[in-house]
Amino acid sequence: MVYITRIEHFNAAHKLYNPDWSEEKNDEVYGRCANKNWHGHNFELYVTLKGEPDPSTGFVFDVKKLSIIVKEHVIERLDHKNLNVDVDFMKGKLCSIENLVTAIWNELEPHLPAEVQLHCLKLYETPRIFVEYYGD
Amino acid sequence: MSDKVSVYRKEHFNAAHRLNNPAWDEATNERVFGKCNNPHFHGHNYELIVKLTGIPDPATGYVYDMKKLSELIHENVIEKFDHRNLNEDTEEFKELNPSAENIAIVIYNILRKKIDAALDLHIRLYETERNFVEYPAT
Repeated sequence: MVYITRIEHFNAAHKLYNPDWSEEKNDEVYGRCANKNWHGHNFELYVTLKGEPDPSTGFVFDVKKLSIIVKEHVIERLDHKNLNVDVDFMKGKLCSIENLVTAIWNELEPHLPAEVQLHCLKLYETPRIFVEYYGD
Repeated sequence: MSDKVSVYRKEHFNAAHRLNNPAWDEATNERVFGKCNNPHFHGHNYELIVKLTGIPDPATGYVYDMKKLSELIHENVIEKFDHRNLNEDTEEFKELNPSAENIAIVIYNILRKKIDAALDLHIRLYETERNFVEYPAT
């Protein structure tokens, strides 16, 4: 079994803000991340597939095709966007990277061919902060 | 050979921004700035590298105390821009487009006033890992 990873990136604005809480409570929990006028990041998304290399190609999956699928169903919807305002699949959700990575999984997974297994998504918000999601 | 040495301090901040020229109509802004013109903003992790060049002080061996340089950058630049919307939250970009070029010039001008004129100051600013600018240009 081999794991193959494709890295894609996008830039976006967001804020961490719970509309059920007062402004003070949001400030207390999220600090500067609650800035009502937004802040932003360069996000890096690692998409890892798991599989046996195909004997005729040597590929687990053609990474060029993987890149096209990820770009079409994820990156184009997130890049240079405001995650809270512009992204339909984040509507009504808190825009933490934890919630973003699970939402990306749900958007991406149905578009991968049946013979491919999505193993892991790793999402970097900064070079020092990242989350991993294995679909469970 | 010159006795001058360059020292570098790396800092970072995260911010939202958009590129927009209010003198142009929407179609022109869209054509020139593309996705960067999104009215709802987008954002970046900025990496800032401040370079000082001078002769090391014979008493300390330092061109500049790096701890003090870090504090200077934090107090005057990072506090101002980190987790902010550059267009909405900062005085510097009320009338100035917050392109990487202009951000580098603004940071230079802020720090230049705070650092001994005997030291050369140079700014490198990464907007993404693959896009960066330098000021002054050499």
